[in-house]
Amino acid sequence: MPLLEVRNLHVCVEGREILHGLDLTVNAGKVHAIMGPNGSGKSTLSHVITGKPGYQITAGRLLFKGEDLLAMRPDQRAAKGLFLAFQYPVEIPGVTTMNFLRTALNAQRKARGQSGYSTPHFLKKARTAAKQLNIPQSMLKRGVNVGFSGGEKKRNEILQMALFEPDLCILDEIDSGLDIDALRIVADGINAMRSPDRSMIMITHYQRLLNYVVPDVVHVMSKGRVVKSGDKQLALELEASGYAQFEDAA
Amino acid sequence: MVAARETVERIARTGVDQYRYGFETLIESDKAPKGLSEDTVRFISAKKSEPGWLLEWRLQAYRCWLTMTEPTWARVHYPNIDYQDIYYYAAPKPKKPLSSIDEIDPEILKTYEKLGIPLREVAILEGVEPAPGGEPSANRKIAIDAVFDSVSVATTFKAELKKAGVIFMPISEAIREYPDLVQKYLGTVVPVSDNFFARLNSAVFSDGSFVYVPPGVRCPMELSTYFRINERNTGQFERTLIIADKGSHVSYLEGCTAPQRDENQLHAAVVELVALDDAEIKYSTVQNWYPGNSEGKGGIYNFVTKRGDCRGKHSKISWTQVETGSAITWKYPSCILRGDNSRGEFYSIAISNGFQQVDSGTKMFHLGKNTSSRVISKGIAAGKSRNTYRGLVSANRNAVGARNHTVCDSLLIGDKCGAHTVPYVEAKNSSATFEHEATTSKISEDVLFYCIQRGMSQEEAVSLVVNGFIKEVLQKLPMEFAVEAQKLISISLEGSVG
Ligand SMILES: Nc1ncnc2c1ncn2[C@@H]1O[C@H](COP(=O)(O)OP(=O)(O)OP(=O)(O)O)[C@@H](O)[C@H]1O
Ligand SMILES: [Mg+2]
Repeated sequence: MPLLEVRNLHVCVEGREILHGLDLTVNAGKVHAIMGPNGSGKSTLSHVITGKPGYQITAGRLLFKGEDLLAMRPDQRAAKGLFLAFQYPVEIPGVTTMNFLRTALNAQRKARGQSGYSTPHFLKKARTAAKQLNIPQSMLKRGVNVGFSGGEKKRNEILQMALFEPDLCILDEIDSGLDIDALRIVADGINAMRSPDRSMIMITHYQRLLNYVVPDVVHVMSKGRVVKSGDKQLALELEASGYAQFEDAA
Repeated sequence: MVAARETVERIARTGVDQYRYGFETLIESDKAPKGLSEDTVRFISAKKSEPGWLLEWRLQAYRCWLTMTEPTWARVHYPNIDYQDIYYYAAPKPKKPLSSIDEIDPEILKTYEKLGIPLREVAILEGVEPAPGGEPSANRKIAIDAVFDSVSVATTFKAELKKAGVIFMPISEAIREYPDLVQKYLGTVVPVSDNFFARLNSAVFSDGSFVYVPPGVRCPMELSTYFRINERNTGQFERTLIIADKGSHVSYLEGCTAPQRDENQLHAAVVELVALDDAEIKYSTVQNWYPGNSEGKGGIYNFVTKRGDCRGKHSKISWTQVETGSAITWKYPSCILRGDNSRGEFYSIAISNGFQQVDSGTKMFHLGKNTSSRVISKGIAAGKSRNTYRGLVSANRNAVGARNHTVCDSLLIGDKCGAHTVPYVEAKNSSATFEHEATTSKISEDVLFYCIQRGMSQEEAVSLVVNGFIKEVLQKLPMEFAVEAQKLISISLEGSVG
């Protein structure tokens, strides 16, 4: 059984159809990359999978671990193991990163019928994870993403992924805004989490990330559909010749 | 907008109907006849065996009140109040004079237990020592004065406070035991000729708390009063008077609840604070009067006058308030910065939901040299509520070097509520520095989804964001009340939580 199965997905936003019958299958343990021009619907797909309100699903099926995602609230999907690293992480003033992480983690654990982590246990876990991503302790005491640089926000997303240990990680342009060192740290963080049970969908515009995190499958998205799938070679071809060749196919 | 809409709908459905303190206590009570006249005033004064000067003072206030009409400038709307349809005095009927906590009507004790107020555990009425081994732990000491309808039913830790020289007792008792002290200060901050509701209070106030901290004394524990309205059609008019003598320090907290009723009930309290040279008063309020139901029926009208007088040099008065209840709140805790180098602070969280209307803020009157004031107001409006911040900062000619900094933030949840900011600034000398910052924001869909994607329920997400928004003010509350306030805020916004 695939971990994620998207079939013939049609999605409208404010009356306009953005995804026009999209298909995607992700098996356990695989890393997929999705590439595609601006506005092709990549972020929309990630939002629909995780259940962001405001999208009308007019047709199609979404299965996660064989269960109907559309019947689950977004927080239930998170507790089931779905994680989205946002293209634009938001700021939450007055809520320390530590408090945010703990509230979220314990909410997930509670939903799964697990007991909440004690404060010392949690602090230890969070500090260790932060250290691996080169995130200073002082950042954990600041408001969530408040005044963080672009790169710091992205690292904070990976920190959350490391703590929550989800089964499917969708990373929306995790590489944008990162300097070369930060890219390597983030890529190491992602690679450290690769496992036979965990899958990833990396949305990116650049081959560079894929040199560090080598994907099993590469998809090209155009105008609300997956128009071509292949192996890592496909990303190299795209880099050489651009998206024009796929415009007709879409 | 879907999540926000759902939040709004859920709040509208459940929010205000989740009031947890809406039970009624069945006890016999002793009431004055309905309505207000000179006779009512005399009845109350006689009930309390008051000295002549106080009766005269009340009558003067009553006559002042007659000459005035209700103020209408606040951004709140309500049907006319029939002042003749209210009971102005209701006391639980004691079976005999009380000498220990065990003699308090068990129904009243039960009420306070339901409210989470540990009268029984910590209570010692006058002269009654705790049972051996029953000594409360030192780090948790809070002296409590509980006011049930109009009368004070228990003051705890009175003996221990007495040792420190601190007087903390019902004001009716203070009038008997320390008449000179009361006469010297009563009405010197809020005179009998003050606003409409203050005049009414001066005429008919029935009880409240009195605190006197002698020179140089740091009050050894938090002082706390819990107000509870129980009787039907009863107005509650407490009078609180706190005096911090030279170089003393006191922290005081009041909490309020009322039963759930279909009719509106009037609450018109007056609080007067006096800080002499180098003294400091910290006054915190957690106000959770019944706000009315989800259709806007019932609830308390909270028309309160609170004013602090920084009478001495280098004195300081700090108001912190968490306002979650009441159908209508009309309240402007103020500071008169009379002493040179005195300081006033106002930290406020005002949450409105359902059909609640809040018109609240502060007034900082800079009279002395180098006086400073700081205002942080956080208003949160949900449901169909109206939330207005109204603030005045003034400096007179002698207030050389006066400084004020005001931060006023509003957060809207949903699109049927409203928030307004009405600042008034009057500087009569050019050396005053007044700064005002104001923001209004909506709780953003993207922020909510970010939290929910991380596994939080909608309730948890709203609560987390709101708590972040008010954190600066929450930190000003005494530790244990901050926790209590945080819970209260969750309840008043989410309903289902708790
Ligand atoms: N809330 C919305 N209202 C209107 N249009 C929207 C909304 N959200 C997305 N769209 C439109 O849907 C299309 C797809 O947007 P989406 O963000 O999914 O693209 P993307 O592939 O992630 O692009 P990029 O590479 O620039 O991040 C765009 O044309 C966008 O304008
Ligand atoms: Mg995008």
